[in-house]
Amino acid sequence: MKNLQINSKFVPLLITIGLFLALFAAGSVSYEGFFSMQVVLNLLVDNAFLIIVGLSQALVIILGGIDLSCGALIALSSMVAAYSLSHLNLHPALAVLAVLIVCSAFGFVQGWLITYRKFQPFIATLCGMFVARGLCFMINQDTVPITDPFFVTMATTRIKLIPGAAISTSVIIALVIVALYIYIAHFTKFGRAVYAIGGNEQSARLMGLPVDRTKVLAYTLSGFTSGLAGIVFCFYMLSAYGLNAMALEMDAIAAAVIGGTLMTGGVGFVIGSVFGVMIEGIMQTLITFQGDLNSWWTRIAVAFLLCVFIVVQRVLVLKREAKKRIRPVEFIA
Amino acid sequence: MGTENVLVRMDGICKEFPGVKALDNVDFTLRHGEIHAVCGENGAGKSTLIKVLTGVEHNESGKIYLDGVAISPKTPMEAPALGISTVYQEVNLCPNLSVAENIFIGREPIRNGKIDWKEVNKRSEIALAKLNLKLDVSGRLDEYSVAIQQMVAIARALDISAKVLVLDEPTSSLNKIEVANLFRIMRKLKSEGMGIIFITHFLEQVYEISDQITILRNGQLVGQFETAKLDRLQLIAKMIGKDLAEFEKTIKEDVRDAGAAANEDAFYQARNLGQQGSINPFDIKIGKGEVMGLAGLLGSGRTESARVIFGIDEPDSGETEVDNKKVEIKTPADAIRLGFAFCSENRKTEGIVANLTIRENIILALQGKRGMGAYLSHKEQEEIAEKYVKLLNIITPSIEQLVGNLSGGNQQKVLLARWLATEAELLILDEPTRGIDIGAKAEVQKLVLQLAADGKAVLLISSELDEMVRCCSRMAVYKDKQKIGELKGAEISEINVMKTIAGGQK
Ligand SMILES: Nc1ncnc2c1ncn2[C@@H]1O[C@H](COP(=O)(O)OP(=O)(O)OP(=O)(O)O)[C@@H](O)[C@H]1O
Ligand SMILES: [Mg+2]
Repeated sequence: MKNLQINSKFVPLLITIGLFLALFAAGSVSYEGFFSMQVVLNLLVDNAFLIIVGLSQALVIILGGIDLSCGALIALSSMVAAYSLSHLNLHPALAVLAVLIVCSAFGFVQGWLITYRKFQPFIATLCGMFVARGLCFMINQDTVPITDPFFVTMATTRIKLIPGAAISTSVIIALVIVALYIYIAHFTKFGRAVYAIGGNEQSARLMGLPVDRTKVLAYTLSGFTSGLAGIVFCFYMLSAYGLNAMALEMDAIAAAVIGGTLMTGGVGFVIGSVFGVMIEGIMQTLITFQGDLNSWWTRIAVAFLLCVFIVVQRVLVLKREAKKRIRPVEFIA
Repeated sequence: MGTENVLVRMDGICKEFPGVKALDNVDFTLRHGEIHAVCGENGAGKSTLIKVLTGVEHNESGKIYLDGVAISPKTPMEAPALGISTVYQEVNLCPNLSVAENIFIGREPIRNGKIDWKEVNKRSEIALAKLNLKLDVSGRLDEYSVAIQQMVAIARALDISAKVLVLDEPTSSLNKIEVANLFRIMRKLKSEGMGIIFITHFLEQVYEISDQITILRNGQLVGQFETAKLDRLQLIAKMIGKDLAEFEKTIKEDVRDAGAAANEDAFYQARNLGQQGSINPFDIKIGKGEVMGLAGLLGSGRTESARVIFGIDEPDSGETEVDNKKVEIKTPADAIRLGFAFCSENRKTEGIVANLTIRENIILALQGKRGMGAYLSHKEQEEIAEKYVKLLNIITPSIEQLVGNLSGGNQQKVLLARWLATEAELLILDEPTRGIDIGAKAEVQKLVLQLAADGKAVLLISSELDEMVRCCSRMAVYKDKQKIGELKGAEISEINVMKTIAGGQK
């Protein structure tokens, strides 16, 4: 009986995956050349950085918080990288390190404010976002190209999977981070504490879990991950500009929600974000293939999808509340 | 008794909350191999005492020693490390996690750098089997009843090997068999030298299991006594600080007086009502001015029938009449429209709005019933709130106190007051006196009978048979998801209920 029934917690995730497949099928039927490996792989190539922040966003939302700073941190990352490389002439490895340190520090400060100074996560990360954007323009007002050979190599290298289908190094990085996040969320004490805190912070505290440490760490990790996404973004753009990745945090949140993560915390899968991003990406692709539609239609479609998903989740939650039969137990005499 | 054997010593503990002196110079001593009951009315400071011990709250003055060493835990994280394992008063687990994870979170077994989920599930099953319980440990915690959740919390605490076990009202939702299981384990742990602190409002449990009793009243220590040397009447007298004989007499008479007026006009009537898998079809009639009881053991179907009646579980058979008119009740909204109200046993998760005041919490359901537009004047609200605060003896500096700051039992009283104040035509009360001290229990029973006397219909579910016997004018008895009989008037007695259950039929 256990194996036949799909555990209800997987339902939103399965809906998301199903929807992705349906969209892909619809595109394949409607447009010539849509049904190809490369179309799918391009979704990964074009959205690698979004996938990465989608993961950290999901984890922070599961914690019961939110991180609005990730888009701005991506912009700041590229700016820091460009500046370290061109002005400070740092070795690319050091430039990457500088980016990760700056972003982690941002995450840490936000987490500290939220945990120990009781800031609302929304407010703390909103401040973080403003500060990060501001810093970008303090460093440079204009677009700064990145010409470092290492970055250029990373950006241009293509890895052939099968003839006619290739991915970029960024995709590999993103997939590694996906695996890492699945491991963190489901197989580490830290990850489980995140779920517990999202479920009921007070209880988590009373159960003796390191609530404060976990919260600070989760936001720091989110900052660090934004830094990684920022590097990947550099590989994608090969330039830095303060207005890059504008409102990307909203896409990340949308991806998490479409992926089945509940905004109320405690429920969701980080892997859901990947499919959330893929769905956002495939709609963009569909609209491109259509050709005569304004690309802003993607936004409207995403908005529509978000509404649908929130309704679906609400219905599922209500259903489980209403139909919540008290589960049978056996008393061993 | 020398001092060598002392496991925990708390000296001159003081703890103050805004407007409340929760603990005033309290001493407490727990020895190895001792079960130590802490008694007192709601709000006496029992939970605060143990929260100071486990680092949830911080004492302003006083010292704590564990095995002779001074300790001052800053967070509840430190307590398990010190060897103190705790079940807090309200079930404090995570509803979104699985049963197994709730038992193991924070101390998951790690293999090859990963949490070993197989091991977690296996060991959880073993931990629950010790309590004679078998269930699907991968199910979400909130899919199980409150009683099971309480058992899970106990299983977690028992599984943490500790020197001191603290149980704050662990048995409030449990029935006799489960309590017996728990006590068996407690005795075993005691014989192994563990010290156990046990808080409960069930005095018979205090006498059954404890060696020592510490009594608190209004945050002050009344004294510590050997259980064998303190009889029940003395214990109650010391808890409430009044002469008991008088107190009990007035309650009993009041309760009887109020119960006299029942008439037999049916308000609610159902035939063949049932839902496959949860409750077999049953007939039921609830008269105006009547207190109808649903009796039976845990899992017998009493809560399930109340849920079907109220439309929480949509019935798949049967027909219902309200005021002799045929109606369909498929959702709680239908039921509420017809003037039903349901005070569920799940009050902690479903009821309380911790960051609203007592007044706001009490008028919530009444406001809901009258409609959001209907204006309840501030004065009226205050009157209602004051009335119940006084009647139920809710210990609080003012009716504008946030409910989250009340003691567990006083929160229960506020929620109960909310439903008692609804003016519902049919009031369903599931375990209304859980976690409430004896004085207030009697007041609640009186209020229930008063409601009936005012012509309302009441459906009462309680694991405490004496309470049912005292309040009900009729009683349906359930067993194995089936209604097996009905008792009324003089037939209602604890013995007859047990006989009905044992016999399987009337
Ligand atoms: N966080 C808080 N803020 C303000 N007052 C509090 C807080 N916690 C407890 N109190 C007050 O301290 C007093 C003691 O509460 P405590 O929870 O220790 O009572 P208790 O003996 O456990 O009662 P019960 O039997 O109802 O559980 C109560 O008057 C309560 O209102
Ligand atoms: Mg208490």
